[in-house]
Amino acid sequence: MALHTKDQIFNLLSEIPDPEIPVINIIELGILQDVKWDGSLCTIVITPTYSGCPAMKVIEDDIKIKLKEIGITNVKIELVYSPAWTTDWISDAAKEKLRAYGIAPPDHSSIDKGVLMGKSRELKCPQCGSKNTEMISQFGSTACKALYRCLDCKEPFDYFKCI
Amino acid sequence: MNLQEAKFEYLLRLGDSSLIIGHRLSEWCGHGPILEEDIALINIALDFVGNASALLTYAAQVEGKGRTEDDLAYLRSEREYRNLLLTEQPNGDYAVTIARQFLYDVYTFFLYEELKTSKDETIAAIAVKSHKEITYHLRHTTEWMYRLGDGTEESHKRMQTALNDLWMYTPDLFDMNEVDAILINEGIAVDLNKVKEAWEKRVREVISEAKLEIPAANIKQKGSREGRHSEHLGFLLAEMQYIPRSYPNANW
Repeated sequence: MALHTKDQIFNLLSEIPDPEIPVINIIELGILQDVKWDGSLCTIVITPTYSGCPAMKVIEDDIKIKLKEIGITNVKIELVYSPAWTTDWISDAAKEKLRAYGIAPPDHSSIDKGVLMGKSRELKCPQCGSKNTEMISQFGSTACKALYRCLDCKEPFDYFKCI
Repeated sequence: MNLQEAKFEYLLRLGDSSLIIGHRLSEWCGHGPILEEDIALINIALDFVGNASALLTYAAQVEGKGRTEDDLAYLRSEREYRNLLLTEQPNGDYAVTIARQFLYDVYTFFLYEELKTSKDETIAAIAVKSHKEITYHLRHTTEWMYRLGDGTEESHKRMQTALNDLWMYTPDLFDMNEVDAILINEGIAVDLNKVKEAWEKRVREVISEAKLEIPAANIKQKGSREGRHSEHLGFLLAEMQYIPRSYPNANW
């Protein structure tokens, strides 16, 4: 007895922001994958951005709280690894939100093979738009981000890594 | 040994290695030589622990005795652990940590590349996901190999010493037994001879570009497949398992 359609639930869960990057929600980020009904059991299928992403537990709790608001309490969260999450799933509109928030969005499709050879990419500063930037560290404030700095406006900024 | 037992054993090898090297890296938290490196190592540690969680969850499921990933992580002693000897070696100075991570990252880069096409769907899915992360780990450690190996006289000396000291644990990476034979036959596991070839080529390239020397292979340590470890693993587990062993079934 599906009281709520998949669309309605997606719509409701789109109110859940990513705990680390509150300007985009878990659908825009591609974490929420599917909603399945089996009798009164509602299964929410999610996929982690990175294997050890500590935000996943918070997201699971947020989903349960949100569903409880509309009376759905028989909830199972299913974590899937396939298809593997990729930054390619982040829409252009969501990328623009990241940029406005001060995070340089992933700038190309899927993983760059140059990564193996130690080449860093030319990135636009999200503050001033200058391309005169350099990488400080491949690992930033969260697993999904690298740390850069702008050599013109001198501001450091996060870059959402392509995987 | 049947297929199910072989698969359980194989998943422990993969999962335990990730868990133990992840725990080692987490020991750097708050002690990194510079802030960026502290953050980098902890990010990498998280990837490993996340990967271990996926693999040990699946291992428990394959075993089918009602154990959970936490039971496997916290309630086994060192002889039951199947992690590679290399992964349990202490952090030492930064050169030792980088040398250990580099040798292991090249290994997992080629191993997981092959596992992506494993006939076991869950192993393949975990491999596809982890390989993306491993690519970043390898880039990070490769850069540090160059920086320290081709750096100052002091950094060069320390990097060479670290490689010399850890080299004896590398034959353990490619050790195979009945488990491998059963699973290779089923298209689930990887023939480690193939990984070894790619590993040696890449490791030699980077060591030479970093102006370092390939260590002499005088001593060869093996034993992780049978649960024979160096003395370091017991101390690591004593710390890692302290809370769940002292307060069984504690929740928070």
